Amino acid sequence: MSAWTGRLARRRRAGGRQGVLALLLLPAAAWYLVFLLAPLVVLAVVSFGVRAPNGGYIPGLSLDQYLGLSTRLTAVANTLALGFLGTVGCLLVAYPLAYVLATRGGSWKTVLMAFIVIPLWTSFLIRTYAWMFILGSNGIPRLLGQLGFGEIQLLNTPFAVVLGIVYNYLPLMALPIYVSLERLDRSLLEASRDLGAGSLATFRQVTLPLSAPGVISGCLLVFIPVMGEYLIPVLLGGGKTYFLGNALADLFLQSRNWPFGSALATSFVVVMVIVVGIYSWATRRLSSPGREGSLL
Amino acid sequence: MGNASALEPRARGEPAVIRPAARTQTGGRVWAAAERAGDRALRLYAALIYVFLFAPIVIVVIFSFNAGRSASEMTGFSTRWFATAAADPFVLRALRTSLFIAATSAVLATIGGTLSALAMPLLGGRLRNIFEQLTYVAIIVPGIVIGIATLIFLVTLFGWLNGWLAFLFPADPPKLGLGAPSIIAAHTLFTMALVNVLVRTRMRSMDRTLTEASEDLYATPWRTFVEITVPQLLPAIIAGSLLAFTFSFDDFIVAFFTSGQDQTLPIFLFSSIRRGVTPEVNAIAAALLAITISLLLVAGLLLRGRGRGPRATSMPGAPTGDALPGDAAPVEP
Repeated sequence: MSAWTGRLARRRRAGGRQGVLALLLLPAAAWYLVFLLAPLVVLAVVSFGVRAPNGGYIPGLSLDQYLGLSTRLTAVANTLALGFLGTVGCLLVAYPLAYVLATRGGSWKTVLMAFIVIPLWTSFLIRTYAWMFILGSNGIPRLLGQLGFGEIQLLNTPFAVVLGIVYNYLPLMALPIYVSLERLDRSLLEASRDLGAGSLATFRQVTLPLSAPGVISGCLLVFIPVMGEYLIPVLLGGGKTYFLGNALADLFLQSRNWPFGSALATSFVVVMVIVVGIYSWATRRLSSPGREGSLL
Repeated sequence: MGNASALEPRARGEPAVIRPAARTQTGGRVWAAAERAGDRALRLYAALIYVFLFAPIVIVVIFSFNAGRSASEMTGFSTRWFATAAADPFVLRALRTSLFIAATSAVLATIGGTLSALAMPLLGGRLRNIFEQLTYVAIIVPGIVIGIATLIFLVTLFGWLNGWLAFLFPADPPKLGLGAPSIIAAHTLFTMALVNVLVRTRMRSMDRTLTEASEDLYATPWRTFVEITVPQLLPAIIAGSLLAFTFSFDDFIVAFFTSGQDQTLPIFLFSSIRRGVTPEVNAIAAALLAITISLLLVAGLLLRGRGRGPRATSMPGAPTGDALPGDAAPVEP
């Protein structure tokens, strides 16, 4: 009898615990379900539909929208080309920075890194706007003019777009590289030195390969959001350099072609998932078991 | 490299291990000089990057104090454009909307994010894994995708619900539409996941011995939770809510798609910029920057403070020790 009541009490306690758990998880679970999964499903469903004459959507099951994607090849090509340049630019600027902070930062490391991150949390719009100012006719071009250079246009050029990407996304590239360098085992560097390698050889053969995971996650962290970039091309590219993000904004807010826009957005998400999937598969295979090398 | 003391004996030429032939006395000295020069160049480079990062922000702030009418030519110091902006009813309305949205989203995110973070370690492996993955997805999906998906989801849902409402209240049917609440919903997806990650990071770095001591002293689990766990988590929770507020307050792209007729301050700013750069725009931008940066500094101090060891000192977005998907990725607002 007593054994039975004991078990009952235990089960009731376990049941209560489950209830509390469910209650704690409810808000977040509801949010993920209603405002993450459901919208993505609706996006995919609409992409198989047909556009209604008044700009709405008629349910359907056709691949027409996807076949029409080829009409947006310019936007895709622009996005890939400038996104690639921007990501490479970020990498070239961020790597030495992360290296200095990780190896020579001393006790100020964390604070210095925090100051790299702060701009990331200030308004993206204002940061981009600031460059309209700097690159505009009264900014750098005027200074260059006074130095004797001729008329140079900087704003509303692809160059300005790449610069905007490097500026805005630099922290996202610097962070993971910094972390991978910071975690690097010092004894490996000493061993390399003891074996007669100079600084450069040590850097090339030890530091660089070991920071590769950070470099790769940095590139992903930059390239993925850059593909959907809207503000930088509009403000710094003068609308001339058309990105995927601009095409999407146009399809949803101006021409109101939802099925086609959904097809474009869905393809974007699918490409993103594939890239991240390959990345996490590769890192899981590369990193030795038990060590979580993944940053993304 | 950084660890000079460990390398010093070797550098002084003690007969340690095998010495490379190139490292004779003079060769070593030349090498050391080159290294010092390289070191200095690297530090200078880092300093320049800080200038690059902060100069644009500083320039906007300086020009917001311009006395003249021109947005890009400094003609004197004055605060008149702040007064102009503060008297503009459109600016004030947008500011009120933005504050309301950011505060609501921060509160919802703090509640949902903290509660789920507390529950996750108690979950079974599979369920916890799913929850973790969803959290990372919520963080890394670009804002533009969230904005678009929420837009068509809500418009479809509202269209359907409005049909029912018109059927139920034929006389004067209430009509659902996009607006501040839909922005709050979309922002809270990201901010809730963010608070969740920050709180869980703090939980992992927490001092277990205190909890064990409390249990050994016969405290009830609830009392241990209230007196030991909560005070240790509180800095991360507050920092998380501040960051949630900052994100929502500054976000443009998600609000751009989900705002309907309501105008947030960033949306107002965007349309003003497109109409033409004015000193008033600079003043609004400077005020926004001031609010954001002060909140960030408080959040940064909270996340650093009371931490033990490097693990606990995590800046938002700074992947700490066992970095995970998403720790690193508060993807651009």
